[in-house]
Amino acid sequence: MTRQPGTKGLIFNEPNVWDKSREGRCAISLPKADVDRVPLEPALTGDTPDLPQLSELDVVRHYTRLSQWNFGVDSGMYPLGSCTMKYNPKTNEVQAARQGFAGAHPLAGEAFSQGALQLMYDLEKYLAEITGFAGMTLQPAAGAHGELAGMLIIHAYHAKQGRQRSKIIIPDTAHGTNPASATLCGYKSVNLASGKKGVLEPEAVAAVMDEDTAGIMITNPNTLGLFERNIKEICDIVHAKGGLVYGDGANMNAIMGIVKPGKVGIDVLHLNLHKTFSTPHGGGGPGSGPVGVVEKLIPFLPIPRIEKDLDTFRFVTECPDSIGRLHTFYGHFGVMIKAYAYILSMGAKGLLDVSRLAVLNANYIKESLKGTLNLPYDMPCMHECVFNDAHQKKHHITTMDMAKRLLDYGFHPPTVYFPLVVEGAFMVEPTETESKEDIDQFIQAVKAIAKEAETTPEKLTQAPVLPKVGRLDEVAAARKPCLRG
Amino acid sequence: MKEINDLNLPEDVKYTKDHEWAKFEKDTVTIGINDYAQDQLGEIVFVELPEVGDAFSAEDEFGSVESVKAVSEMYMPISGEVVAVNENLEDAPELVNEDCYQGGWIIKIKPSDPTEMDGLMDKTAYLEMLKG
Repeated sequence: MTRQPGTKGLIFNEPNVWDKSREGRCAISLPKADVDRVPLEPALTGDTPDLPQLSELDVVRHYTRLSQWNFGVDSGMYPLGSCTMKYNPKTNEVQAARQGFAGAHPLAGEAFSQGALQLMYDLEKYLAEITGFAGMTLQPAAGAHGELAGMLIIHAYHAKQGRQRSKIIIPDTAHGTNPASATLCGYKSVNLASGKKGVLEPEAVAAVMDEDTAGIMITNPNTLGLFERNIKEICDIVHAKGGLVYGDGANMNAIMGIVKPGKVGIDVLHLNLHKTFSTPHGGGGPGSGPVGVVEKLIPFLPIPRIEKDLDTFRFVTECPDSIGRLHTFYGHFGVMIKAYAYILSMGAKGLLDVSRLAVLNANYIKESLKGTLNLPYDMPCMHECVFNDAHQKKHHITTMDMAKRLLDYGFHPPTVYFPLVVEGAFMVEPTETESKEDIDQFIQAVKAIAKEAETTPEKLTQAPVLPKVGRLDEVAAARKPCLRG
Repeated sequence: MKEINDLNLPEDVKYTKDHEWAKFEKDTVTIGINDYAQDQLGEIVFVELPEVGDAFSAEDEFGSVESVKAVSEMYMPISGEVVAVNENLEDAPELVNEDCYQGGWIIKIKPSDPTEMDGLMDKTAYLEMLKG
């Protein structure tokens, strides 16, 4: 048997920084003040902030130790379905740290920011090319914010047509944030069950689509990891009643270079740069949720827009139909640099390979594990596959137990209990960045855990045992949250 | 999780396809989620309640229950106006797990048409549905 990545090791306890603090200890030498001290107006001052006083070594050990408690994609496979936890190449960080970008100031003005503006302008063009849209904004701060931007655009479009609509169709395989974004725009969600094969059926859409419905929000590939093969027909049905189609592009990693959503009838789409375009994710940094639109929706994009006159780039704010500003300045610029670096280093052929390999890897896992775990929708998948715990139920082992046990084997657990259409879902997305050897190791780990479920189930119910902390009491944390240290 | 035969399904309440229960007494109908629903959801950590005075039609969403696994909407078994909500659930959502038909009730309504109760399932019909 292959050796599994997880093993025991020395991990350090670490108190919080205030407990380590000692009066007068300091990690930096401030330069001598070269201006006279001037007392502040009392109205401008308050209590001294309670900052910890630490030496440089205290600080370095503190963060090094905390990082050792953590599990990141730099330490192991992170097959978190629906989240595309791919490896983020270090060149992205190098480019973002370049002096000209890192030192750029958003108030420097257009004349001193031409390079930054060009990067944003070009990135909009690249993303528009990849997705097949006529216009793009980089402003939204993350995926759900992009969704909100997209829905505000749809709302503004209907208002401009002279008659607002009241409802929006949301399939059960959509992302959970979709109904929230629609509700913020005042739309009532109409839930739609997917068909027996895990994809939407055009007849079902036709049955609920009417002239009071603003449109539909579709995640494609959907959260079962399946491609909505009826997408064109569904778009036609929605368009025929005057509605618009919102595409949740969170799963774009499966179709780059293969499908252009803007060419199959989607009107608005958000992307997650922090997923598909390889920028740090989750605790690793802010997100970015650019939104692409078809030609007729360009007037509604947020301001400022970036335009190019000859060789000069400038911000444009005179857009009377715009939904307005969505973020301070121009969004998360640092994230844009990393995504731009990624697109340029991969090239068109590279991005196509990304999607092909992401889909191949997921199908390899699906085929390898379908005898071990139950596979509710047994058909070719896209970038992720969804199993559940039906085979393990007779041993009283749940998806949660298996997920926790994976930590002992050295793998981050997959997404669990989502999507809701699969009871006890165990949703694996390997991404393209894992090698066959690492994927094989993961497959072996899941098989070994399934064996343990039969022979030594207590190993699962007590898991994890190797991480610094064991199984957390999620119920107590939710019922009696402790929100301060 | 419980086997179907181990479920506590009283005879004196009616059931919905979404696993709520409803009990008609005098002028009001008490509504909650049944033993199957609380067992499937697992430990409930939050119950989102409507406000007294809110009016809903049958099958409207009137609130939600949240467990560590998921958030599930609750749907009105019949139409009516909310006359009471179980405020104990704000501090003790676990009542829904421990005692879903008594201490864990969710809302009481004044039905707009009590005959709608006839459209709900009794224990036998509900069990049939669960067994599929």
